[in-house]
Amino acid sequence: MLHVQDMHFRYGDFPVLSGVSFSVGKGELCGLFGPNGSGKTTLFKCCLRFLRAEQGIVRMHGEDTSQCSIERLARLVAYVPQEHKPPFPYLVREVVLMGRTPHLGGFFGVRRRDREIAMDALATLEISDLADRPYSQLSGGQRQMVLMARAIAQDTPVLFLDEPTSALDFQNQMRIWEIMRDIAGEGKTILACSHDPNHVAWFCDRVVVVGEGVVVAEGHPEDAISEVVLEEIYQNICSVRTLDGVQMVMPRCVVERNKKLKGDCPSHDVPLARAWSGAETGS
Amino acid sequence: MVNTERGCTRTARVGGDRMTESTGFNHLLKKLGYETVEGFGEERKILILLSLAAILFVTASIAVVLGTYGITAADVYRTIFVHLTFGDVGSIPRLHNTIIWDIRVPRIILAVSVGGALAIAGAVFQGVFRNPLVEPYILGVSSGAAFGAALGIVFPAIFFSIQVSAFAFGALAVTLAYVLARSRGETPIITLILAGVIIGSIFSAFVSLLKYMADDTALREIVFWLMGGFYYTTWDDVRLLVPVVILSFIILWALGWKLNVLSMGDDEARALGVSPEKYKFIVIALATGITAFAVSLVGIIAWVGLMMPHASRMLLGPDNRFVIPASLMMGGCYLIVCDTLARTLTTAEIPVGILTSILGAPYLCYLLRSKGRVIFG
Repeated sequence: MLHVQDMHFRYGDFPVLSGVSFSVGKGELCGLFGPNGSGKTTLFKCCLRFLRAEQGIVRMHGEDTSQCSIERLARLVAYVPQEHKPPFPYLVREVVLMGRTPHLGGFFGVRRRDREIAMDALATLEISDLADRPYSQLSGGQRQMVLMARAIAQDTPVLFLDEPTSALDFQNQMRIWEIMRDIAGEGKTILACSHDPNHVAWFCDRVVVVGEGVVVAEGHPEDAISEVVLEEIYQNICSVRTLDGVQMVMPRCVVERNKKLKGDCPSHDVPLARAWSGAETGS
Repeated sequence: MVNTERGCTRTARVGGDRMTESTGFNHLLKKLGYETVEGFGEERKILILLSLAAILFVTASIAVVLGTYGITAADVYRTIFVHLTFGDVGSIPRLHNTIIWDIRVPRIILAVSVGGALAIAGAVFQGVFRNPLVEPYILGVSSGAAFGAALGIVFPAIFFSIQVSAFAFGALAVTLAYVLARSRGETPIITLILAGVIIGSIFSAFVSLLKYMADDTALREIVFWLMGGFYYTTWDDVRLLVPVVILSFIILWALGWKLNVLSMGDDEARALGVSPEKYKFIVIALATGITAFAVSLVGIIAWVGLMMPHASRMLLGPDNRFVIPASLMMGGCYLIVCDTLARTLTTAEIPVGILTSILGAPYLCYLLRSKGRVIFG
């Protein structure tokens, strides 16, 4: 589990986080949601101690992280960065094997078992066929999958994912979220930040919404991703509807345009329009 | 009809035999402890490392026979054999003993250690700085050492030893660059490289100043020193450098995997449990140490530290657990070749730094044109 208490951080004079507190239980997939510049990535970096927070306590798996060595911390929490490009053409299998670093010992310490874990992680994401490709020549989405596999290989009780689905196609986005749910189901704690309110609403057990350095809402996705909350962070652009019992966040302009279209022409029968009207009756 | 059928059976049988043969071979490989299943390809890489070691040994053995004073190979090897087995040195002609044991052998050993040291340092710097175009002199070692050596040459009364002075100023330059780049407990790579460039240019300016002040003999000596060479190698140099290089090599080799992680960037290294500050400091200190040491003994030899790590990566991929030992051996090999050419091409010696550049630049051109995309990302 993960407890963040009263986190403060400022870049120079500019306050980014002013008193963020939340907690995520064991086996929960928690979405961190908020607009650009709301401090999501900074919060991540403070929790992982890439940045030194002014104030605030982070407890992971029962341990106060400020008391942990870097080596110990790497056994508690794995981090999936946003897509990046390394300068050397490491093979995918080598990149994933790097995830085993905190568990290695000895001269080089890479044991047969670590290699097997790395290959299993690739198999979990169904990307074993990428194993022998140079990581630097993959597409952005493939790289993101590889970094995800590396975090799985790191085998930690807590996982932090920084926009794990930002560079993926729709199918892979759904796959990654499902995989994250599976991993959480195995008793791990996941904090994933995302820009898509629908993704967090559909897949997360719990949502923390941040805006301007404070927690705006926290709790079950149905409560946290509400029109009131979205109003507060996005100013009047979203409508929340329910379709077949699934909550949907839609751009208000599209909903209204569609309404107008339907009003002009009652027999309008494009599938899209049907979906929208269904959404409305559902709500 | 019958014939064809028989032909068919025969082919089938031959094919079958071949198949059992190949599975038998795989079985043998597996029995020998080579794992081909997981596909990490490490057996192949180990074989390449072993062949590199063999090539290095062969190159050294050939180089020791070559020289302006003709001695037959048999005589050369007999002399070395006598020394290695602590035999009766008096049984060898005195002249042979001096030329082979006191001049050629230490010179070759020093060439291997200097080449190896520069190449390892290059590999390490490229990994830490996450940039394949970095060379070991990037933080100002060479300019600092050049200044130290020039001081020693121009003011022999104050700076009694050129080598000590060169080493001290080389190390000082890097320390200055490191201190300059460090702020709030962090040393960002870009700042470090900039600091190195600044410090390097300051020391270069000082070297120019000393050149301007120096009289003709001293000026000539400074110029020669800057081009690098193994002219005055003695066993003392070997005794100084070899243990340092071996020790640093073992430590850096053992840190090879951590270096891989470091080359992914600071944040990721931290997330994977490798403290970037701590390990950056250790590897930069070691790499700088051996570079400064090598430079202080033989002067500035260019290109080896930039080229050999690339050549190693071409052969073995970017994994530093293999790149570091391969760099050591390829760097050693390359300097033996260059130094042998330097002392045999003409009756007077050519400074080896000139040769490494002349031979090295075309090689890097070739790399850039043929494999540029793979190696440079």
